Amino acid sequence: MVYRGPYKIRVEDKDVPPIEHPNDAIVRVTLAAICGSDLHLYHGLMPDTRIGHTFGHEFIGVVEEVGSSVQNLAVGDRVMVPFNIFCGSCWFCARGLYSNCHNVNPNATAVGAIYGYSHTTGGYDGGQSQYVRVPFADVGPVKIPDWMHDEDAVLLTDASATGYFGAQLGEIAEGDTVVVLGAGPVGLIAAQSSWLMGAGRVIVIDHLDHRLEKARSMAHAETFNFAHYDDIVVEMKKQTDHLGADVVIEAVGAEADGSFLQHVTGTKLKLQGGSPIALNWAIDSVRKGGTVSVVGAYGPVPNAVKFGDALNKGLTLRMNQTPVKRQWPRMFEHVRNGYLTPRDMVTHRFPLEDIAEAYHVFSAKLDGCIKPLVLPSAA
Amino acid sequence: MSEHTADVPSAYVRDKRTPPPTREELRARIPGWGADLDPADRPSHPKLDYAPDTTGAHWHFPERQPEKWPREHSIEHAFVTPVFGTAQPPRALSGVIRRFSYARYSEGRVGHWMLLILADRVDAVEHHLESFLTRRPDIPITETGIRSEVTHAGLRSRFGDGRTDWRHQLLDPVVVVGPWIAAAGLSYRQGRKLVRALRR
Repeated sequence: MVYRGPYKIRVEDKDVPPIEHPNDAIVRVTLAAICGSDLHLYHGLMPDTRIGHTFGHEFIGVVEEVGSSVQNLAVGDRVMVPFNIFCGSCWFCARGLYSNCHNVNPNATAVGAIYGYSHTTGGYDGGQSQYVRVPFADVGPVKIPDWMHDEDAVLLTDASATGYFGAQLGEIAEGDTVVVLGAGPVGLIAAQSSWLMGAGRVIVIDHLDHRLEKARSMAHAETFNFAHYDDIVVEMKKQTDHLGADVVIEAVGAEADGSFLQHVTGTKLKLQGGSPIALNWAIDSVRKGGTVSVVGAYGPVPNAVKFGDALNKGLTLRMNQTPVKRQWPRMFEHVRNGYLTPRDMVTHRFPLEDIAEAYHVFSAKLDGCIKPLVLPSAA
Repeated sequence: MSEHTADVPSAYVRDKRTPPPTREELRARIPGWGADLDPADRPSHPKLDYAPDTTGAHWHFPERQPEKWPREHSIEHAFVTPVFGTAQPPRALSGVIRRFSYARYSEGRVGHWMLLILADRVDAVEHHLESFLTRRPDIPITETGIRSEVTHAGLRSRFGDGRTDWRHQLLDPVVVVGPWIAAAGLSYRQGRKLVRALRR
């Protein structure tokens, strides 16, 4: 697929990407997914998203070619690829901050590199395609375990790992009340993960009933549709005996609904870096001295965030892009044991040829869409 | 709890009025409850975990990827990073704007990002116009995937699901089609002026 401007994409023939560095691999994509954060690109919200860019940072595939210095992968290996591109050797990677690698994104120092996510994250074409260049093949990709379902594998490359990481950022203690904002793919796994970390109560908030139903069935969560309340923050205070939640996980990001004014100024008029309403609800709903975990995606343009309330409440704000590979060994155990069930969230599967429709369905949230997968025709 | 504070919410007294469910209750109800109970035994703890020998890297500093054109980069970087994306090099007027933005402003300046967004829009116009000179012009109807409104329950999906986003979704067609209408209007006006000038 290629981007043709806000709300417009199409399928085009491109050359198979070449090896550009000795530690590159070329991967033939067998399954990809559209991430909620891809919609920020699709809607023209992310600076330096160039016409012709191929999106896609959630993909698995088969190694087609390797560079001269690659030692850990061979042609024919089935691999899952973390959405982060990282070198494994810079100051940040050496300390496990794989999502903050300093050697892969010339366009910005504040964000690492991500496949198919604009030039602000390095200018790499992504995996919603038949072939993709995978830099640092000895560092990022992992061979898919034989027992793992392909749909679980592709969802572990970002959405599920990010949900699990979001629960960790919340520093959940036994018995905590955890509120998860957003019942999308990240929020669903964040809710499941909160239980693993000892939550005593998990509440999920959204405005889409079909997603809230999924949060109940998949994550055993209590659910609240914010559209049914005059002020969801007040309802959360009532639900928590006026304490506020111990932990709030913000799993929505820059295109949050809930405030028409914030949404239009942020996502339609681009007067701020998207809508910060979910961030502000998180700050308002957590108890004093509590923790807000942010894994919803935001770009570099500033937002109108209620920072004063965060200060006055003594909050701990924790956030990052997920260092995916650091999560995997433990997550693999949880998936194998059935504690985390990523593929339960999949609602739609589209051939690559229909990707314009796939984006519209996901963007407009048609047909009960929660998570769409993309099947390249070469798979 | 003393009798006179029984109705006072937890926030106003020392302890929570309702204790959380017991471990046994939670384990019976939730698959895997407490599997990651120990905060010190979670994958991202501690945040900074110095373990350079576990990453798979077999270099101290990566070999540098050949730079096929002067690669634009943040002025907050010491140099072009050893590995970088090569998709869509800057080109035409949008490329001039992008290069200026990278060369002039750091990431800390809003002007940097606003110029890049401007360049994105100029880039779109450039490509739309170029597409009309090819055998595959841009067609908003197919590229917006609007067909799925018919095939994937467009109308039914917007009602009865409690959703609130239908109000701002009404603006989406304006965002998509608006620039095309404006461009068509401008072209018509300029074309008419040109024809009149030629007739004189």
